[in-house]
Amino acid sequence: MAEEIILLLLIVVAGTGGELCVARTMQVVGPATDVRPAALCRLIVRVLGIGWMWLGLSLMALAFFSLLEMLSLENVSFVVPVTALSYGFGALGGRVFLQEQVTRKRWAGVLLVCIGVGLVLIGKR
Amino acid sequence: MGNPQSQPQAEREEGISGEVAPHLDAEESVGTTPGQAAQSLAHGRGQRKGMRTTAFFLSRVYLLIMLMVILGPLGNILLGKGMRRIGAAAAWSPAEIIHFLTLLSRSGLIWLGVACLLAFFAAYMLVLSWADYSYVQPASAMAYGMVALLGHFLLGEAVTPVRWAGVLIICAGVLVVGHTPPRTTELK
Repeated sequence: MAEEIILLLLIVVAGTGGELCVARTMQVVGPATDVRPAALCRLIVRVLGIGWMWLGLSLMALAFFSLLEMLSLENVSFVVPVTALSYGFGALGGRVFLQEQVTRKRWAGVLLVCIGVGLVLIGKR
Repeated sequence: MGNPQSQPQAEREEGISGEVAPHLDAEESVGTTPGQAAQSLAHGRGQRKGMRTTAFFLSRVYLLIMLMVILGPLGNILLGKGMRRIGAAAAWSPAEIIHFLTLLSRSGLIWLGVACLLAFFAAYMLVLSWADYSYVQPASAMAYGMVALLGHFLLGEAVTPVRWAGVLIICAGVLVVGHTPPRTTELK
């Protein structure tokens, strides 16, 4: 049971943590001003030179392998709906880690999305 | 109430969202830094321009989120179909792996799927450079609705009532999040 709990935590925390690190990278880089292919390539090269990006990609990979391991232990119908929790964790991370203003309205929206994603995944048959 | 900290939520949101557009508009003008352009706007280039740029900024964010919602599931579906056609590698010997990689590189579906996922990631990075993570993440959950709609109307899959209810609740959640300002942090 302890292994399952650790894996679930890794799926939610490492997965969302990875995305938060990517978001932090884009905060460091600043808003993209040019979306032409050459400029996008330059942006990608610049992004790959930032430590947060590599941390983010590593955390996402960790979450992915944890998901694979978890799927070998538990049913998909149990594991996948748990990923809905990542929306709540993402809003919390946005507030704490990225200093975003998560208003009550945004929290309400995130809560609805969590419930909706949970229902979609449960109702998959 | 005199304390700025206790200012009503909606009022604060408006203030923040107003700040975003000039920053982004600044980058449109050639040869000015975001800071310089934001300053000149702050010194009164007019409210009309500010409103126009807010609309332009929002349309870019919505367009990229829409692209993410379409490209992510589409890429996964294409990769899934491509992999099913190829089948799993029979053994993990070097010769078998080379044969498997050759099959992968010859599959149009795999290339298309990879292209969709690369475009998805590019859109994701771009939109995160303009908008909050706590805005983009729930908004991109519309992908679940898109998968259900595509599955039902294009592939004729049965979608259970629980799943439809979930899709409706996600849409409601995304609408609520969409009524908050996309960016609440200062640009660095």
